[in-house]
Amino acid sequence: MTVLNINNNKHQIDANDDMPLLWALRDILGLTGTKYSCGSGYCGTCTVIVDGLAQRACMLPLNSLVGKQIITIEGLSSDSLHPVQQAWLDENVSQCGYCQTGQIMAAVALLNEIPDPDDQQIDRAMAGQLCRCGTYQRIRKAIHLASSMMKTSQDEK
Amino acid sequence: MTRLSRRNFIKVSTITGTGLMLGFNLSGCSDDSGNSDKSSTTSFNPNAWLRITEDNNITIIVAESEMGQGVMTSLPMLIAEELEVDLNKVTTERAPVDPKFGKQKTGGSTSIREAWHPLRQAGAIARDMLITAAATTWKIAVSDCSANNGHIEHTISGKRLSYGELAPLAATLPIPETAFLKNPEEFRLIGKSVPLLNGPDMVTGKTLFGSDVTLPDLLVATIAHCPVFGGQLTSMDDSETRKIPGVQDVVRIDSGVAVVASHYWAAHKGLQSLKLEWDTKGNERISDQSIMDRFSSHPDTANEILSQTGDPGAGLQQAKEILEAFYTTPFQAHATMEPMNCTAHVHNGECDIWAPTQSPDDAQYVASTYILSTTEKLFAKIRRKISDVRLDAIRVHTTQMGGGFGRRLETDYVAEAVQLSLATGKPVKLIWSREQDMQHDFYRPLTHHRLSGGLDTNSRISAWKHHVIGPSRGKSTGGAEPIIYAVPAFQLGYTEDNYPVPTGYWRSVGSSHNGFVIESFVDELASSAGADPYQFRAGLLEHSPRNLAVLRLAAEKSGWGSPLAENTGRGIAVFESYGSHVAQVAEVTVTQSGTVRVNRVVCAVDCGIAVNPDTIKAQMEGAVVFGLTACLKSAINIEKGRVMQSNFHDFRLLRIDEMPVVETHIVVSDEEPGGIGEPGVPPIAAAITNAIYAATGVRIRRLPVSPADLARH
Repeated sequence: MTVLNINNNKHQIDANDDMPLLWALRDILGLTGTKYSCGSGYCGTCTVIVDGLAQRACMLPLNSLVGKQIITIEGLSSDSLHPVQQAWLDENVSQCGYCQTGQIMAAVALLNEIPDPDDQQIDRAMAGQLCRCGTYQRIRKAIHLASSMMKTSQDEK
Repeated sequence: MTRLSRRNFIKVSTITGTGLMLGFNLSGCSDDSGNSDKSSTTSFNPNAWLRITEDNNITIIVAESEMGQGVMTSLPMLIAEELEVDLNKVTTERAPVDPKFGKQKTGGSTSIREAWHPLRQAGAIARDMLITAAATTWKIAVSDCSANNGHIEHTISGKRLSYGELAPLAATLPIPETAFLKNPEEFRLIGKSVPLLNGPDMVTGKTLFGSDVTLPDLLVATIAHCPVFGGQLTSMDDSETRKIPGVQDVVRIDSGVAVVASHYWAAHKGLQSLKLEWDTKGNERISDQSIMDRFSSHPDTANEILSQTGDPGAGLQQAKEILEAFYTTPFQAHATMEPMNCTAHVHNGECDIWAPTQSPDDAQYVASTYILSTTEKLFAKIRRKISDVRLDAIRVHTTQMGGGFGRRLETDYVAEAVQLSLATGKPVKLIWSREQDMQHDFYRPLTHHRLSGGLDTNSRISAWKHHVIGPSRGKSTGGAEPIIYAVPAFQLGYTEDNYPVPTGYWRSVGSSHNGFVIESFVDELASSAGADPYQFRAGLLEHSPRNLAVLRLAAEKSGWGSPLAENTGRGIAVFESYGSHVAQVAEVTVTQSGTVRVNRVVCAVDCGIAVNPDTIKAQMEGAVVFGLTACLKSAINIEKGRVMQSNFHDFRLLRIDEMPVVETHIVVSDEEPGGIGEPGVPPIAAAITNAIYAATGVRIRRLPVSPADLARH
């Protein structure tokens, strides 16, 4: 039994502690917004945020996560859309949508670290996030847009 | 005004009997001949429906599958346009799978092309029936009523009734013989960029993909296939596997062996612990190099002539200059981000299937071959047909696909899930690992091409011969004829030579490699003629105004002819496929070490009337990335009968830091819509390799591009 903090809730997970977070999320907790694609950390499809950083859920055994704060796509925003999600809609980024939850989590982590990234910083942070539909150009635009949306809302506060 | 054939539409009684439901057919029913007299609705099987209920729900029920191409947005646009209703008020449901509805495939870039007439006609008919219902209610003339935003309004008094309020009365009216369809200049929705209707669900993780299906008592399985194509399992030791907590069963099926568990992780660990021995049936001899060697040793004469105009032999003999070249294109994997998966539940002789599939009808059929009794199977074999009643017991629930690109036209993974549910008596979700997905695809076939071309004294093409060597005529030669250029003598030859590697439909199929071959060889001929590659093509397209127009547009928007930086070149290519015309100009820089960087791709597309322009742009961007990946980054290699690549570290996809700027320019057109999911793929590889030639003088005739070929150019 492992107790984890996921989306600001404590979850007791009855599984072997070598199980990667990805499968605990999907098959035990029913949080299917985090997707499986490569299982080896190559593609970023399963990206979640752990203690503020973008991490591959397929590579994180449960026993490495005790005491850490895990955020998945389901916990990104409690009521309305997170600015990154809104920017994704405004730029009409998604095609099949399968990799996009991971892309969004990686973008959120990037903007937490660098609120106003340039193209090179976006490329560096997002280069591990694969998309077979080819939405990269729009992802770049959406991150710039989210950055300005977050800046505006920060200024208003 | 469009005169309709009433036999293409029927009213369907809804279960409650209180709404309006129109049935129509989405394939080949655009019959505007006006022969409505011979209408007979008794033998007509609709495969699409429009339903308006009393509570104002407007639903279209169609058989298309969504894999990112945007049909679940662009199809409702067609009906909303004529029905005069807000797009957000139209929901889309997936039609049930039933053989009497005909084929239910989503492939070949056909969705909008087939729906263009019938969906708009259905919207117009429903609108006119609602108007008649309102006029009857108010006892006024039809001409005093108009449809606006989900209501019929009395133009003079301004009173209005909603479609839902009018639907019960409209349902009692006859289907009109005539209906007005808007002229393109009257469109308020078609031609406007609309964001995907399922966008909000996709960005919040709520979209249900096949691999997200959950059911009570669901088991999760994963599978191993023989690593060598065509091999079979001979022995297995599963003693370690069965000790793993969560593992429920180990099941041998037709195609391999699966571990069934309470969750994926246990199934995965169980599979790793299996000791398996395979009979490889001698197929270790197969390698892609051995196939290429064999193809290269074929005689020049093709086994079959598929197409010929003029006298290409004489044309070549009389040519001022003859050019010959060999091209080779490799195996390619689909590598959808969502690996193959399917959930099946066989219960009491019935079966429910949840599958991300482009072929729900094939999924139903393949399931039936496993769940029928022996007697029924025998009977089916004799009749060569499964009884429709028995197929009713197999319900296919098509989910969103995490990419399709043609891979999900196949039903191998559906057959496996059905067998696993049969064996365990439980609902089973089968998920392939990435490695299995990569190594057991239906690949774009490896093909070999021999080209001969002649130039006359005016430096125009006098003759063209193309000999394709490969397996499967359609997949190997698709798109190789007719060529768009004015060529007086043409021949397409084909030599079939098979190998035990499964091949399938890879986004744009034969056009994906024939586009590369044709547009590269045209470039070679231009170079031999000492002509500018753009001007050379334009001179051969005077008879083909739509191809010429996209060629000119791409050239103009790319700044064709303007100076470029060192080691940088531009390449151009144009190709017509799936009813659309696409030209692309790629701007490419090649480093001293031979690394190729694509800086910019300008696309010009004429796909007829642009239904949802932003989707068209998205599909062009996606096609460029898909084709660029196959041109520069990855291929499937086979050694000792097995695929060498296994995951994204050795089958590398284009990454965001390698993404070129992609600009798409859409030709304004009033022609009927063409396809858009595939036509952007065929020209891109040649646009890139022609640009490499312009930058380095190195002609690429074998894909993918190898930096070693370009180092120190």
